[in-house]
Amino acid sequence: MALIETQDLAKVYHLGETDVHALAGVSVAIDDGEFVAVMGPSGSGKSTFMNVVGCLDVPTSGAYRFAGEDVAGLSADALAGLRNRSIGFVFQQFNLLPRTSAAANVELPLLYGGVPAHERRERALAKLAQVGLAERAGHHPAQLSGGQQQRVAIARALVNDPKLILADEPTGALDSATSLEVMALLQELNRSGITIVVVTHEPDIAAFASRLIAFRDGRIVSDTRNAPADAAAALARRRAEAAGVPA
Amino acid sequence: MSFLATLRVALAALRVNKLRSALTMLGIIIGVGAVITMVAVGAGAQARVEDQIKSLGSNLIIVLSGNFTLGGARMGSGTQLTITEDDAYALQREVAGVQAAAPALRGSGQVVFGNSNWATQIQGTTPEFLEARQWEVVSGKGFDPSHVDAAAKVVLLGQTVAKSLFGEADPVGETVRIRRVPHVVIGLLDRKGQSMIGQDQDDLVLIPITTARKRVLGGQQVKSRNVNSITVRARDGADMLQTEQEMRDLLRQRHKLSANQEDDFFLRNLSEVLAAQEASSKVLAYLLAAIASVSLVVGGIGIMNIMLVSVTERTREIGLRMAVGARGRDILTQFLVEAVTLALIGGFVGIVIGGAAAVAVGHFAGWRTEVSVASVLLAVGFSGAIGVFFGFYPARKAARLAPIEALRHE
Ligand SMILES: Nc1ncnc2c1ncn2[C@@H]1O[C@H](COP(=O)(O)OP(=O)(O)O)[C@@H](O)[C@H]1O
Ligand SMILES: [Mg+2]
Repeated sequence: MALIETQDLAKVYHLGETDVHALAGVSVAIDDGEFVAVMGPSGSGKSTFMNVVGCLDVPTSGAYRFAGEDVAGLSADALAGLRNRSIGFVFQQFNLLPRTSAAANVELPLLYGGVPAHERRERALAKLAQVGLAERAGHHPAQLSGGQQQRVAIARALVNDPKLILADEPTGALDSATSLEVMALLQELNRSGITIVVVTHEPDIAAFASRLIAFRDGRIVSDTRNAPADAAAALARRRAEAAGVPA
Repeated sequence: MSFLATLRVALAALRVNKLRSALTMLGIIIGVGAVITMVAVGAGAQARVEDQIKSLGSNLIIVLSGNFTLGGARMGSGTQLTITEDDAYALQREVAGVQAAAPALRGSGQVVFGNSNWATQIQGTTPEFLEARQWEVVSGKGFDPSHVDAAAKVVLLGQTVAKSLFGEADPVGETVRIRRVPHVVIGLLDRKGQSMIGQDQDDLVLIPITTARKRVLGGQQVKSRNVNSITVRARDGADMLQTEQEMRDLLRQRHKLSANQEDDFFLRNLSEVLAAQEASSKVLAYLLAAIASVSLVVGGIGIMNIMLVSVTERTREIGLRMAVGARGRDILTQFLVEAVTLALIGGFVGIVIGGAAAVAVGHFAGWRTEVSVASVLLAVGFSGAIGVFFGFYPARKAARLAPIEALRHE
């Protein structure tokens, strides 16, 4: 069954005299359990697409069904509830709350889901353990490396056990080794059944997805299947090389 | 999202910017502190006046000489005495509502005992005076009618006079010279303290009115029966207005005033005077409190300003919260609770500081101050309301942000 189904999505920004067509008719269906990489040059509409799919933005025209439900008919509060329960976001700039512990950051979606305090903490710690940061629960973002911060952000995206994780250039601010760690984590989550859509302009990163969708000028210009590379294996190989080569 | 969780989020946000939060509260602290102090000063003044009314008695009426008309020319009040000793006796006898009426003849002079002397007020009066003023004799005894009849050379000393002449010793039985006339001290008056105009009421001696007229004060007063004032106590439960009216009618009749002539005397109901004084001191204090409350409004604007800055600064945070599921009303309550918390903490600190200032004013300026529960509750309520009022606009601004725009905010 299609988790995401769009029909002729368009998004137009009016900038003075000119109209910018950020999305110019996007029709796509993404099934439950897929791992999709969205590619394309800068300004081709990838982020706009992700924002509409994530119910953060509304299209100018076209239809969008999430898990079979027409999103256009939902109120702002209902959309907030949908994001809270079913969608996890991972951003290029992590977007963690500063001067707030990793655990409290991960708890944030539960706070708005009305989960009682002790259960919130328990679930947040479990997700931090899942991303390998059990020992860093009390650390503030400023005390964590970029890769660790992105893993906290992934734990936050995971904490409500969403159907879908949307990651807009999640490795954009990370070095290549840390990028591999993040992709390995996303692959692992995908294997557990979560649908994942990742925006990237790096072919190396897109290689870990099972489907590649390319955007240009607000349109999908190619949509292909891909035999995904194993990020965990690539990471292990790289570590072995680093250990083998003398400094 | 539960209210407790919202409160925790708001407190955490305030803790992050401690100095800014403290400075933002300052306006409210000063405003609430000033209001609490002013109301305490006002309430203290009121309580002081009430105490004085109690000590004087609320049913005390003083009769004073009034306008005196001489050949058609109206002389100033008090230029000549128009009331007499016999007026006092008539009031006592003929007005049903009068419990005691005592004439008083006043002068001043030296009182000498041994090597000590003291200049004080000398008041000639009758035994009814102590009853009218409800003034106890703490040692010895008061006058009796025979002292007045015989113009006896006896004296009752006020506490201040006794203290300066005799120290702590009991003066009863000693002889003092009042304007060189020897008098036997037969009693010591109880302490009355300061009058409402700050006069020491204990700085006087009382002698029989006949003695005062014939032997001590002398002069032209010897010839007439005039007195300076008549102190009247109305009976408990008597209708004050009616008693005053009957007194006025009797005096007019005795002074042979025709219907078109003005009174040549004044009736002063002391509790009225005090009530007027109380009202004016209350008005003054509340006026000051009103001025102080202007700074509360200024403090509220300070809160609004900082909340607006905070909403702008934290736009991305708001966007993120919305992305993970915060609804508009969650954001609204978060910022509203922040503003109200700022205002309330400011209010509580202001109450503590205002209370301390009231105590300090009482201690150093010697004014009586009373911090009332009502003013504290009012201050809490008012600062909470200021938080809601001035926090609402910034909070709503935050709540109305579109998630994606807030997230993309630089
Ligand atoms: N808020 C906006 N206002 C105006 N133009 C916008 C806005 N957001 C995006 N755009 C424009 O829409 C186009 C697509 O942007 P975006 O989806 O961010 O591209 P990508 O993520 O692929 O780089 C760009 O030309 C961009 O300038
Ligand atoms: Mg983008």
